[in-house]
Amino acid sequence: MRNRQKTEKDTPLGAEAAQRRHRAVLVILAAALILCLLLSFTLGRYPVPLRELLGILAAKLGLPVEPFWTRQMELAVWNIRLPRVLLSVLVGASLAAAGAGFQGVFQNPMASPDVLGASAGAGFGAALALLLDLSNSLVTLLAFGMSLLTVALVFLIGRYVKGDRLVGLVLSGIIIGSLCQSATSFIKLVADPTNKLPQITYWLMGSLSGASWRDVRLAVLPMLLGLALLLLSRWQINVLTMGDDEARSLGVNAPRVRARIILCSTLLTASAVSVSGMIGWVGLVIPHMMRRIAGSDYRYLMGASVLGGGIFLLAVDNLSRTVSESGIPIGILTAFIGAPFFIWLITGRVDHYDG
Amino acid sequence: MTVEVEHLAFAYDEKPVLTDVSFTAREGQFLSILGPNGAGKSTLFRCILGLQTKYTGSVRIGGTDTKTLSPREMAGLVAYIPQSSRPTFNYSVFDIVLMGASRKLSPFRAPSREDNERCRWALEKVGISHLAQRCFHRLSGGEQQLVMIARALMQDAPVLMMDEPTANLDYGNQLLVMRQAKALTKEGYTVIQTTHAPEQSYLFSDRILALSGGRIIQDGPPAEVLTGETVETLYGISVRVVSLENDKMRVCMPINII
Repeated sequence: MRNRQKTEKDTPLGAEAAQRRHRAVLVILAAALILCLLLSFTLGRYPVPLRELLGILAAKLGLPVEPFWTRQMELAVWNIRLPRVLLSVLVGASLAAAGAGFQGVFQNPMASPDVLGASAGAGFGAALALLLDLSNSLVTLLAFGMSLLTVALVFLIGRYVKGDRLVGLVLSGIIIGSLCQSATSFIKLVADPTNKLPQITYWLMGSLSGASWRDVRLAVLPMLLGLALLLLSRWQINVLTMGDDEARSLGVNAPRVRARIILCSTLLTASAVSVSGMIGWVGLVIPHMMRRIAGSDYRYLMGASVLGGGIFLLAVDNLSRTVSESGIPIGILTAFIGAPFFIWLITGRVDHYDG
Repeated sequence: MTVEVEHLAFAYDEKPVLTDVSFTAREGQFLSILGPNGAGKSTLFRCILGLQTKYTGSVRIGGTDTKTLSPREMAGLVAYIPQSSRPTFNYSVFDIVLMGASRKLSPFRAPSREDNERCRWALEKVGISHLAQRCFHRLSGGEQQLVMIARALMQDAPVLMMDEPTANLDYGNQLLVMRQAKALTKEGYTVIQTTHAPEQSYLFSDRILALSGGRIIQDGPPAEVLTGETVETLYGISVRVVSLENDKMRVCMPINII
């Protein structure tokens, strides 16, 4: 510790060195994500060797490649594996970014994407749609719509709570979230236990096994929009974590920026949950883990969370495909992996600076 | 830059907190607002900073009514140095000071290399360059206060508002922070502080504002304001004010205790 302090004191470029180090972390994470993406195709029941994979992808992009693979392999890659892999990355990135966004806005490292009831709302919407026997697309849309509606309601109630605005928001999030959960429980109670109840239960557990291009198409736009806006707001989130008064006196309109961050994070959570069900832990654990390796500065943390979330969920999904034939729902696995990992994380050394 | 407060009044649930407060702080002046707990110091502070806007009367900085200014424009005029800042997350000193650049950045931009340079200048100016890459949480109270001053310099606003800047500091750090603030007034910064320390405000201020029950009971040079009578009115304690070193310093001696 002494040594490190000394060298940093003596280097005139200390700040630039730190910034370079953080940027290097982002590059390494991006490389790891690409590696993980490629590996994903070589795992599972129909492993596709790297050479064939690159050939198929090149051919799909219109490059003149003579097929040296089977038609079956091409279908597996394009119709089953690719949408699932893409969706894992998108959902993981979205949940982690939303978690990082909420943690910044609420100045609370315990905040997760569920904090304002986005997941609970989506769960209720999906359960309702499944109960009413609606089509898959409508299940997704209703989940998405209910999720946004729930957060809007929480926001509205939060405005009228006396006292601290942030505490008011979190409290109304807890209230409305638990109301949604009760409503979902009620739907499960009245749902036909032979076919609908298992469907609902399975949806709520969170799974990527049925991922299709349809899901990717539905989710990709709101996700990219949310991610882009959060990444662009990276510096303002930093300022926001200093509290409203300080942020305002530094020239940042705190309520407005907070509303924007909440909107983006909600959009991300809603799109993620509506296509994949409830996948817990990613939004809480990944930002924490990234704080360890990329620091607390949102200029790097937000990007690191996006990449780290993508890597994590993709890796967990690969694991879920590999360990069992039918695939354990990923929502269960993330909890099994996330909880012990989180314990390790919070009991370990904390400070990033000062060695 | 001049700060003019005119007929400012504020009531919380119809209970008056500030009544007809008027004063002017001129460029390069060190103004201390002295008053007991609950006198309305913090509210006055928040009104001047634009954090509280439900007041009547006006606050003008450089002639402009602050109610017409956006947070960004306001931040170009006044920098706030909070009593203690406890960021939730673990930022380096450099990053905290860099936040002073925010008002000049368009919403989706992050600080640039030039901002890094200015940040180094601000750290150098308050003499804490060696702390740049330290974690803010790990600094002592005095060091944290200096970081807040550096951030205000980074912000490049002509008026500095310090909220009880020395309240949590040891004796040495109190004087260090006060001297730093005083030096800034020599460069033309207007410094307004709230304080609980009569003797210290005598030593460093150009003017003292005595606030009691939401009203200004006295406003003038330290030599006029810091009298036994004023201190007794403010704090309800009988003191004898003793002058030392050709009246460069005054000490309050509580009569009933010694």
